[in-house]
Amino acid sequence: MQHFAPPLALEITGLVKRFDRPAVDGLNLDVRAGEFYALLGPNGAGKTTTLRMIAGLLRPDAGTIRVAGIDALADPTAAKRLMAWVSDEPMIYDKLTPLEYLEFVAGLWGVEPAHAQARAQDLLDWLELAPHAQQRCEAFSKGMRQKVALAGALVHDPHLIILDEPLTGLDAGSARHVKSVLRERVRAGNTVIMTTHILEVAERMADRIGVIAHGKLIAEGTLEDLRRQAGTGPNKDATLEDTFLTLVAAPAEAA
Amino acid sequence: MTGRSGSAVWFAAHEWRLAWRDWLAMMTAGRRERLRRAVVAVVIFVIFMHFVAYWMVGRYAGAAPDKATLVAVTGSIVLSWLLMVSQAMESTTRAFYARSDLDLILASPAAVERLFAVRIATVAVSVAVMALPLGAPFIDMLIALGGWRWLGAYGLIAAMSAAATALAVGLTVALFRGIGARRTRFVAQVVAAVIGAAFVIGLQIAAILSYGTIARGSVLQSQFALAPDIASIVWWPARAALGDGVALFGVAGVSFALLAAVIALVAPRFGRYAVTASGIGASSTVAVHRPAAFRLTSPRRALRRKEWTLLRRDPWLMSQTLMQMLYLVPPAVLLWRGFAADNGAYQLLVPVLVMAAGQLAGGLAWLAISGEDAPDLVAAAPVPPRFIVQAKIEAVVGVIALVFAPFVAVLAIASPWHALVACAGIGIAAAASTAIQLWFRSQAKRSQFRRRQVSSRFATFAEAFSSIGWAATAAVAAANAVLAIVPALLALAVVAGAFLMSPRPEPRVA
Repeated sequence: MQHFAPPLALEITGLVKRFDRPAVDGLNLDVRAGEFYALLGPNGAGKTTTLRMIAGLLRPDAGTIRVAGIDALADPTAAKRLMAWVSDEPMIYDKLTPLEYLEFVAGLWGVEPAHAQARAQDLLDWLELAPHAQQRCEAFSKGMRQKVALAGALVHDPHLIILDEPLTGLDAGSARHVKSVLRERVRAGNTVIMTTHILEVAERMADRIGVIAHGKLIAEGTLEDLRRQAGTGPNKDATLEDTFLTLVAAPAEAA
Repeated sequence: MTGRSGSAVWFAAHEWRLAWRDWLAMMTAGRRERLRRAVVAVVIFVIFMHFVAYWMVGRYAGAAPDKATLVAVTGSIVLSWLLMVSQAMESTTRAFYARSDLDLILASPAAVERLFAVRIATVAVSVAVMALPLGAPFIDMLIALGGWRWLGAYGLIAAMSAAATALAVGLTVALFRGIGARRTRFVAQVVAAVIGAAFVIGLQIAAILSYGTIARGSVLQSQFALAPDIASIVWWPARAALGDGVALFGVAGVSFALLAAVIALVAPRFGRYAVTASGIGASSTVAVHRPAAFRLTSPRRALRRKEWTLLRRDPWLMSQTLMQMLYLVPPAVLLWRGFAADNGAYQLLVPVLVMAAGQLAGGLAWLAISGEDAPDLVAAAPVPPRFIVQAKIEAVVGVIALVFAPFVAVLAIASPWHALVACAGIGIAAAASTAIQLWFRSQAKRSQFRRRQVSSRFATFAEAFSSIGWAATAAVAAANAVLAIVPALLALAVVAGAFLMSPRPEPRVA
């Protein structure tokens, strides 16, 4: 039987970024189309720097980034058209309403107005923001702001959704909403790459998990794969937390 | 830190440290390595201002305290004092509404009224310090040429700042109690913005209506006969400036007593006001009614529209713009009064329009270019980075065109040549101010842009001098196009100097 590997939504080769020390150090990473990929790592491991380079917010010192086959460094505009970026700090405008914000984002991505409007309305309903659609965002809570930012990320129907700690500071209800939206996007064929410190979320939602430390990918795969790589293989009760701590402890000890 | 923990001295030391670091950051635009350049620039500015002062007030150094002198000095004092009230009101509003460390302070067991007393006193000190760069060169020159009696002017500055702060705090509290926390923020900002301009503009309009000239001195001189006798208490501030010790003692005594009374009354309640002010963000929702349909748009148009919406909804910017617009009222009255009767009024009108355009463009450009609440969002959008800046500049140009087009259009009917010069001057002054703000941009959220001082001082001064230079160029060009080359070259030198002083751009984000 012949196996066809799904096309790659994201392909990173030899990615390097140095500040006063190497933040990302020769990172190689592949994410398949339609996959939910969680990127884990301790503080300062290089997760956010990696995601910012993918989103085109930071230029790498070396390496390549391909988004759905497009060289994101050679043609950033074409690559950005396929992507959405959501950070832990919601990127919204206090003086705009959610509807105005979505119209602005749709305009930036050049989405046809009628389509964008229908999509915006769906997203506002879905994220329970419809009653607040005509109110300025300045009085919104962190959870509401994050939902507005997420709606903005989805209004142009991106192929690759990049999220940096999107659940930080959200209450249980808002976090559940965000997670259900992300699951739905993956079911619809989109690709999600997300960093999180909430290991339970990665364990439940991710198809594959990558563990990054000192700017390098030190382990990757399903939870089973990670257990094997961590040497906790036979222990089926080993949680992702146990496995993660074992994995990140190893390079630290080696260092 | 000096003093016992929680004492007024201890709080004052804390405030002083914060103020000093804030001032350093303002002077260097947050880059300590630029401190030396900043110091050199300040020294050059101070020397330059002493020359300006010599030219402007040198001949008055020996003035006797007669009625004419008292009228002129009192006019200058009232103008300066209103500007101080404006500055104090802006600082007081910020102290009420800025959260910064208030949560920490209010949650602590310290006697917070001491801190708030120190904070109100700090407003007075900062107002006095802000007045010194402009006032000190004039006073120094008067001392050098007219003797030590002018030293009293420094004491008068301290007294004026105390009285200005007392009035500003009193006004803000009255607004707070009268119209509520939410409205006070906007109204206080507008009042602060227009209060300093009101005196000059009022005199100009009175002069135009009475004498057909924009020169406000004519009104002051016309009131000369009606002015009180020179022994009147009305002249005490002017007498204090002229070195009358008794008058200085009286003015300072009243001013500091006022400030002390305001501190005693307001400091214990300050925490309550701050807590009330903090609640408005959570409780207020501003509904916006707009057409439901999304409009067909390009990324560039979307960026432009976003900038216009945000500019329109920014109360601080609106108050600043309103002040700029107020400066256009006298020229508008002049145009209305002197329409079609070319009595030299247009010669005065052209530089006023050019100056206002430069200043308005600078303010708008600074906020539009440097203020961005979602920098990652626009950077992650599939548009070339230059589009983003271009769209912001286009938004600024659009506002300038909207504001000044009616003036130029009316002027074109009355005097096409003056309209042509005004149009060119407005365009060049606006472009120069926008370019300066572009070179000195430092990205931050709009909410952190409550005051222009967050921007580089170099940019602010360069923008002001560039606008003055282009206004002078337009004034000369309106009479003689060839002679205008000289001020134009000076204005160009200011712009070139700003470019050379501007920080080199960071490596561009992809």
